[in-house]
Amino acid sequence: MISTVAQQLWCVAALLATTVLAIATSRSRRSTAVVYGATFAISGIALAAALHALIAHTNATELMLPVGLPWLGSHFRLDALAAFFLAVVNLGGAAASLYGLGYGSHETTPHRVLPFFPAFLAGMNLVVLADDAFTYLLCWEFMSLASWALVMAHHREADNARAGYVYLVMASFGTLALLLAFGLLSGAGGSYSFAAMRGIRHTPSEAALVLALMLLGAGSKAGLVPLHVWLPLAHPAAPSHVSALMSGVMTKVAVYGFIRVVFDLLGPPSWSAGVVVLILGGVTAVMGILYALMEKDLKRLLAYSTIENIGVIFASLGLALAFQANGYGLAAALAFTAALFHVLNHSFFKSLLFFGAGAVLTSTGEGDMEKLGGLIHRMPLTSFVFLVGCVAISALPPFNGFVSEWLMFQAVLQSPDLPQWMLKIMVPAVGALLALAAALAAACFVKAFGITFLGRARSPAAEAAGEVDRYCLAAMFGLAALCFLAGILPGLVIDALSPVAMAVIGHRMPVQASDAWLSIVPIEESRSSYNGLLVFIFITAAASLAVYFIHRFASRAIRRGPAWGCGFADPAPAAQYSGVSFVQPIRRVFGTLIFQAREHVDMPPPGDLRPARLRIDMHDPVWEQLYSPVTETVWFFADRLNQLQFLTIRRYLSLVFATLVTLLLALAIWS
Amino acid sequence: MHNLAFDIAHLLAGGLVLISFMMLYQDRLYALLNIFAVHAVVLALSVAWQAFIQNAPHLYVTAVIALVFKAIIIPVALHRIVKQLGIHRDIETAVGIGPTMLAGMGLVALSMVLMLRVTGAADPLAREDLAFALSVVLLGLLVMVTRRNAVSQVVGFMSLENGLVLAATGAKGMPLVVEISVAFSILIAFIVIGVFLFRIRERFDTVDVGALDEFRGERR
Repeated sequence: MISTVAQQLWCVAALLATTVLAIATSRSRRSTAVVYGATFAISGIALAAALHALIAHTNATELMLPVGLPWLGSHFRLDALAAFFLAVVNLGGAAASLYGLGYGSHETTPHRVLPFFPAFLAGMNLVVLADDAFTYLLCWEFMSLASWALVMAHHREADNARAGYVYLVMASFGTLALLLAFGLLSGAGGSYSFAAMRGIRHTPSEAALVLALMLLGAGSKAGLVPLHVWLPLAHPAAPSHVSALMSGVMTKVAVYGFIRVVFDLLGPPSWSAGVVVLILGGVTAVMGILYALMEKDLKRLLAYSTIENIGVIFASLGLALAFQANGYGLAAALAFTAALFHVLNHSFFKSLLFFGAGAVLTSTGEGDMEKLGGLIHRMPLTSFVFLVGCVAISALPPFNGFVSEWLMFQAVLQSPDLPQWMLKIMVPAVGALLALAAALAAACFVKAFGITFLGRARSPAAEAAGEVDRYCLAAMFGLAALCFLAGILPGLVIDALSPVAMAVIGHRMPVQASDAWLSIVPIEESRSSYNGLLVFIFITAAASLAVYFIHRFASRAIRRGPAWGCGFADPAPAAQYSGVSFVQPIRRVFGTLIFQAREHVDMPPPGDLRPARLRIDMHDPVWEQLYSPVTETVWFFADRLNQLQFLTIRRYLSLVFATLVTLLLALAIWS
Repeated sequence: MHNLAFDIAHLLAGGLVLISFMMLYQDRLYALLNIFAVHAVVLALSVAWQAFIQNAPHLYVTAVIALVFKAIIIPVALHRIVKQLGIHRDIETAVGIGPTMLAGMGLVALSMVLMLRVTGAADPLAREDLAFALSVVLLGLLVMVTRRNAVSQVVGFMSLENGLVLAATGAKGMPLVVEISVAFSILIAFIVIGVFLFRIRERFDTVDVGALDEFRGERR
């Protein structure tokens, strides 16, 4: 019997072997089926092994491979936290592979996608398994580069090249921050293994610095505002199943890195760390969903919605930090479990929605929602699962999104117990922000589903759409079923997550499996409980009854109405309610302040025959306030330093000499 | 005996620094080459003395290399090159002799202050030796920076390398000293002198590196 960590490493080795196979055979026609079939099987095995390790409460296992730095080797470790995230990664990987079996046949350049897909999966697995800083950073970079190659798969499109560039810059920046964070964590001894880092006590200022660096490093990969800029560019640029992996899974690997360092390696947290993470999470959630609302492109909307969900997860983690700093173990476990539950849920429904967007993209060739519409008639199955995903991500019962957000708000409601006034005030304030984000998310997905699938087709492409193939549908239905199951059986998920909370927080939520009727009770029955199954039965019964009464008692006679229907006089599909018009009220309320949205009406004078036009100007505050000044400064100094390229040999020698003497002088003065 | 050994090693290393100073104010190429030959002879003596007091026979190899190669072959070859190229006129130093000497003294003072403080715990022989070696390295760099002529820059580089060899032999038990000195000598012999000088000569009819800059259309 090989150890659990060895099982996972064998799976990674198999994925890397698949990469080699894909390179060798990527030009052949059968290669797509072989590669995705292999990754599906391997991810499935790895998922089963990870779930077994998580549920069977096996002890943490370690392994050292003699690769990497000669005096260090590569350490790997599988504990409950890693097992949970491995399950998320491999579930996403298996679903994306299944989807890829169908979706990959539409790929015009499979040799640009196939070799990197298994490598990307292997990279994500390795990051979660790594147990020393060197291995972690190496695998992190490997994951980033593999995903970058996938973003650049269709590199001839101008937007993709820019997306790849921005992604590369942000990924390098994030890795730099992680490198510095690990440098601080390893302390004066300079030992790289995580086991040694756990033993080191840090001063408060060091811990604060590590937290800031982790927020920069892991936050830039996860998409915390204002480091999110690459995400809505890069995620949609990749093929859809890769977008699903990047949004649904890779951001979770970043969350894993944050949890591993801040909860596990850094030692006991301070409550101020909780405040910082909480506020960042709240702001990220609201900003992300506002961006998503303003977006017209379906995949970019989904990418922005990922930012919102990351904000929700980070806010829960901030709550967990705040509770743990004050010794409220149960509440901390509740908030932490809510975060993990949301990680799981988001990987389900975001993958599902990206698959749906990919299905729409393959069958219409159109990603712009303003050119879609009416797809529910031509793609009924896709519409159904997309609707399930939309309901789940909008946190409506009986699906899974509701459970995790409900758990999080239960944790928010524990905040009056906290001793610090700052937390007493900030936690409800952030709770209000999260509630706002949840409401806006519902509006956003009403728009996404309504404009794309309802109404009438706005373009010939949308009119000619057809249903996608079996593999794509199987992947989507599988994920939709998981969304539903996790929604009506949340107790099982919470119990499965309890070893993780136990290992990281030191406490766990009460056992849920023993509660009657599959209810979940986060604290105690007198305070709150939720039963997804009963809600589902009630919704089904109420809806069936309503349908029955309508059919039974409503009149079947054909009625004819007046030709004038609410000003909807023009029968052209373009005159329908559009996405832009749908969000106009929200844009006027929030966008005027945040995006400086201004509407300009160009009304021709009487007698002029040109059409009237409505122009909307919006400004991205993050790009204009933060990134443009930075890039301008960099350009300024780059221009100045450019002259250094054209010096004489003697000048170069003098520069070297002067630097050497200056350093020696500094050493002489300060040593 | 120990004191005498220390004093002689000290004397030789100090002599090396002194000869580096002499290089700074030579404004003729032939004179510079002669001084460099003396520099290499003193280095060879110093290395041989270290070989004797450390009982390390392999260091004699380094000493012989220094003597044969740097004190005889390279200066003679450079003499011939200078003659062939017809550049035995004055060297235009880029910086005046006075400031150069002052800078040299500053550098020696810096390396003394630094090395004696940093290596407080080390064996006194190695300490002094390292301080002198750093001075020789810095003075060699100074020669390279203050000259315009390619031949004198090569000489500066070689005196810098002499400093490195001095440091390597002074530290007891330093591995690969012989190999390092051989590698450096070969580097200088083949790449720097051969290729560098004759390429410049073929192209520009001068070994003044200023000509390279003019060719690139740059001001000095």
